[in-house]
Amino acid sequence: MTRSVHPALIGLAVLVFIFLVGPLVIVVGAALSDTSFLTFPPQGLSLRWFENIFEIAAFRRTIVTSLQIAFLSTGIALVIGIPAAYAMNRYRIALPGWLSTLFVLPVLVPELVLGFSLLKSVAVQFTVPIYISLVIGHTLLVLPYVVRVISASLANFDFSVEEAAISLGSPPLKTFFTILLPNVRSGVIAAFILAFITSINDVSISIFMTGPGISTLPIQLLAHTEQFFDPTVASVSVLLMVLTVAVMAIVERTLGLTFLAK
Amino acid sequence: MKRFAGWTLASPAMFVVVLFLVLPVLATLWTTLTTPDGPLATYLAFFGSGFRRTVLWRTIQVSLATTAISLVIGFLTAYVISRAPGWLKSILIIAAVFPLLTGVVVRSFAWLIILGRNGILNNFLIGTGLTDEPFAMLYTQGAVITAMVYLFVPLMILTLAGVLESIPDELLQASASLGATPRATFLQVTLPLAVPGLIVGAVLVFTGSFTSYATPQLLGGESVMMMGTLMYQQAMVTFDWVSASTIAAVMVVITIAIVLVMTRLARRLNPMAV
Repeated sequence: MTRSVHPALIGLAVLVFIFLVGPLVIVVGAALSDTSFLTFPPQGLSLRWFENIFEIAAFRRTIVTSLQIAFLSTGIALVIGIPAAYAMNRYRIALPGWLSTLFVLPVLVPELVLGFSLLKSVAVQFTVPIYISLVIGHTLLVLPYVVRVISASLANFDFSVEEAAISLGSPPLKTFFTILLPNVRSGVIAAFILAFITSINDVSISIFMTGPGISTLPIQLLAHTEQFFDPTVASVSVLLMVLTVAVMAIVERTLGLTFLAK
Repeated sequence: MKRFAGWTLASPAMFVVVLFLVLPVLATLWTTLTTPDGPLATYLAFFGSGFRRTVLWRTIQVSLATTAISLVIGFLTAYVISRAPGWLKSILIIAAVFPLLTGVVVRSFAWLIILGRNGILNNFLIGTGLTDEPFAMLYTQGAVITAMVYLFVPLMILTLAGVLESIPDELLQASASLGATPRATFLQVTLPLAVPGLIVGAVLVFTGSFTSYATPQLLGGESVMMMGTLMYQQAMVTFDWVSASTIAAVMVVITIAIVLVMTRLARRLNPMAV
């Protein structure tokens, strides 16, 4: 089978990939520049803008907040999402079809609308602290990823294995931890990673959830960019890209990156 | 028994979604219908304001332009990827996934460095003598569309690469052995089979652009106000929550209508489904 592609198409694809990767290379270059303004190619190499991140209290604080929120919301989403995904695969016939629609609702409703509604109803009307509202918002944001990824890995699971364990006298909880969970381990890792990175990068929900001393890193980045035009934001961006590379390596190890193309 | 077990396991997630998503969003929509001036007053005010109509129309234009450009670029690139040898395919997919996993702020910020008054593009244009004065490229509709295409092309590539990948090779071989030129095979076999994927990709990109916030905020500012930035401004700067809720309602209705209509269309146009 010849897989010939017109040379013009190949040329176009090359341009597209330059377009995709180029801007990120420029950010890395700008982060390494010794100048106090953003420039590319960098003039003089320096890591001082990376040090500067940690000298600004707002960055130190929001990095910690973002990591906490990401861990908490991903953890909660896994705890409630895994049983939900299990129920929808195992008891599909016994459950109504709208249930799976319910779990994709957070994707369907614009994030901005969700963020604003949470602010209005949860944070203001029921005076739930901003920090907890943030965790709630991010849990909703990442729940569809968790349910979808875990469902995908459960689709390959042979439930008769689990029935065998139960009929041999294994209690349900023990069966869950010793039979089911090890079988969907790569799915759980992938769900965790995708949820975590989605939470870390979120703007549209977090933008409504800022209070005295509470904000997330992307919101702080936006605020800093609007006030200063120095390479600090570029160096934070590089840190986030390093995190992304680590995430991709883990996804590649567990599921293979082509999983994301499905 | 089975029914009970299923409900029990699904109920915590169900509870969270209903309590913290369905009810608050319904409450937001409800406030727009229960103002003292009557149920439709806020909508009449929204569509009666020339400024808001402009913002809505601009948001539609920017989203349509972003979707159209992303469709063309994404489809052609995905086509090249689907025909690339295995090792190259993985590299190209990684190159597309990486920007996708990098946050929207970082990716929009990159365009701030490129398009700024003292940005790379202006420096380049002045350096090569093509112009003496820097162009004002930031805070234009073009800047927002460029950054949004940058934002959404990876999503389009991945969606369409998956679709093109799933077209059985035998179909293309059959077409070729029956005498079709590569061009005819592309137009009569590959393209029709990719239509549902193209629709799904277009819906993702359109709804994503239509409800975006960070990119229009950073690259469009006050002069290229879009629905997302207007809603934020109404909610958090002028604290007019009824107006913000109205914008939210317009966004929800348009988003859900497009998703429903287009997914139905995608199903109908799928040549593989009989």
